Amino acid sequence: MAIFSAVVLSMPIWMSPFGAAYPDILQKFVIFGVFAIGYNILFGLTGYLSFGHAAFLGVGSYTAVWSFKLLSMNIIPAILLSVLMSGIFAVAMGYIALRRSGIYFSILTLAFAQMCYNLAYSVLTPITNGETGLQLAKSDPRIIDRLFSEAGEGLPSTTLFGIETSGYSGFYISAVIMILAFYVSLKIFNSSFGLKLKAIKSNQNRMRYLGFNTKPYLLTAFVISGMYAGLAGGLLAATDPLAGAERMQWTASGEVILMTILGGVGTLFGPLLGVIIIKYFENIFSAVNQVDLHSFYALLPDWLEDIMVAVSSMFVGEGWHLTLGLLFMFVVAFLPKGVLQGVEIGYKKISSYFSKSPTKSTKKADTGANHGE
Amino acid sequence: MASKAVLQVSNVLKTFGGLKALNNLNLTIEEGTVHAIIGPNGAGKSTLLNVCIGQLTPDTGSVEFDGQNITGKSPHQISQQGISRVFQTPQIFEDLNIFQNVMIPALAQADGEFTFNPFKGLDQRKDVEQEALRIIDEMNLTSQMYDRAGAMSRGNKRRLELAMCLVQKPKLLLLDEPTAGMARADTNQTIEILKKIKASGMTKVIIEHDMNVVFSLADRVSVLAQGTIIAEGTPQEMRESELVKEAYLGGATI
Ligand SMILES: Nc1ncnc2c1ncn2[C@@H]1O[C@H](COP(=O)(O)OP(=O)(O)O)[C@@H](O)[C@H]1O
Ligand SMILES: [Mg+2]
Repeated sequence: MAIFSAVVLSMPIWMSPFGAAYPDILQKFVIFGVFAIGYNILFGLTGYLSFGHAAFLGVGSYTAVWSFKLLSMNIIPAILLSVLMSGIFAVAMGYIALRRSGIYFSILTLAFAQMCYNLAYSVLTPITNGETGLQLAKSDPRIIDRLFSEAGEGLPSTTLFGIETSGYSGFYISAVIMILAFYVSLKIFNSSFGLKLKAIKSNQNRMRYLGFNTKPYLLTAFVISGMYAGLAGGLLAATDPLAGAERMQWTASGEVILMTILGGVGTLFGPLLGVIIIKYFENIFSAVNQVDLHSFYALLPDWLEDIMVAVSSMFVGEGWHLTLGLLFMFVVAFLPKGVLQGVEIGYKKISSYFSKSPTKSTKKADTGANHGE
Repeated sequence: MASKAVLQVSNVLKTFGGLKALNNLNLTIEEGTVHAIIGPNGAGKSTLLNVCIGQLTPDTGSVEFDGQNITGKSPHQISQQGISRVFQTPQIFEDLNIFQNVMIPALAQADGEFTFNPFKGLDQRKDVEQEALRIIDEMNLTSQMYDRAGAMSRGNKRRLELAMCLVQKPKLLLLDEPTAGMARADTNQTIEILKKIKASGMTKVIIEHDMNVVFSLADRVSVLAQGTIIAEGTPQEMRESELVKEAYLGGATI
């Protein structure tokens, strides 16, 4: 855990050779890390595949921005309220969707999230400000802040008791919260509660015949992971106080599924790895344009250069999702347990190559819980 | 013998479409006995157990367990009251290891149908763990404790499922063909284990085709054919009954 914290907090240092050591992307790494860690508590432990978690992300963001508008620019009430509010939404969605399992559960969560998305654009525009997105305004009441000081000139910024929460400090605050979130998920994975969730994933009927009421277990896992998503949404708003409905779209749910599966579902570190891979490459690939490509292939003869640019441009910029799709297909086809599995296999091969004696393979049936500490 | 009925199945009818899988079936299981149920394939033996554990609800009739009506209760409630079942095809947690497989039912005993304690580590459940380890040892599974359950042989899966049921210390244990498809050696081992737990006085219902098993274990035998009990008595009486032979050889006609 200490090592893990050190690795996360030193990201600005070791990410710089990759050109990813600026606050904007670092914040994304840790905030979506929270999202994926929470998603993994549901999907990794119980196997229930939710297509609706973006709704909680959106609810968290809206709640946080409203807290900035009405109560205070301090992020503490904003984050607490976004976790609470997304928890309430998760109880409602979970209560309905968990009446079914498998594909029907997934469809119910998808429907619920799309409903939230459409409501945000239509009848709920007084709350969500529709397509423009919810923003701060000078005229906002901010009751708690007003108790202590007069409204200043211009738009105030989000703070943690005076520390600005954008830029690097925003990263460090989010990183500490992410480390705490990870610690909680580690606890859950290694608890008897976590074992019961794994057993539900393996054979839910057997659980019933052994005397467990599986519904409340599933609902609890669903609500916890919904609250993680709300926390992530709150943090997104805390580092950039703006909330739009596109955060609730199903593609955002799809993204967290990709991250979790890509990294390794059901493992503790996998989802985090998935987040870093996807957010990193998204950052690189979506920024590349035609001019960059021409200079990249400049050494080739002109006719070949044109072909290469034409082909490559399908995969960059707007076409980033195509790259993502290919990457995802590759991982699912060849490393069904995610990149983390690939790393493990590679590590075993290398270590058995160097130490001539064959390494004993650990015979734990369930590696997920054993990555902690 | 003034013993008390643990399980009382009264006039149970269960139909699938037009098929009467259980046809006004009556059965009484007395406390402390090993009660064998025999009968041809498709007679309704497994269906009877399904009704007893709440997996199926009877169309009419009732099931009473330990003095309480359990008809229509959900499986987890019935299990918590003290009925455990070994299934005809082993129902285990294939993705978990043997230790975890046995921990789960042990936790069901300690935690009840739902407990919210997501931060209480498994390492803080030493009492539960000890109970699980004891049963695993009793079943000779200690050496494979960390093997994935799904990778075991069929015989071992059955043994594991039996361990999972025994750790719950049920008042009534239902065994659905515990030796079916087993090699001779495995069958003998299972008989030995069942004999050992017979001594503990736990009430058991055992569905079995192997007459050796039936005769070496059972106190009473019921013969089931076409959804009804056509004969009941001691193993000796059943062996000599013409009715039973007929049911096995050429389909019962009553
Ligand atoms: N879920 C079900 N749906 C439809 N028919 C069933 C179902 N379960 C059992 N049956 C039918 O009920 C009859 C009794 O089955 P079963 O109780 O499994 O027999 P046994 O265990 O004695 O071999 C069989 O004809 C079987 O096909
Ligand atoms: Mg059967």
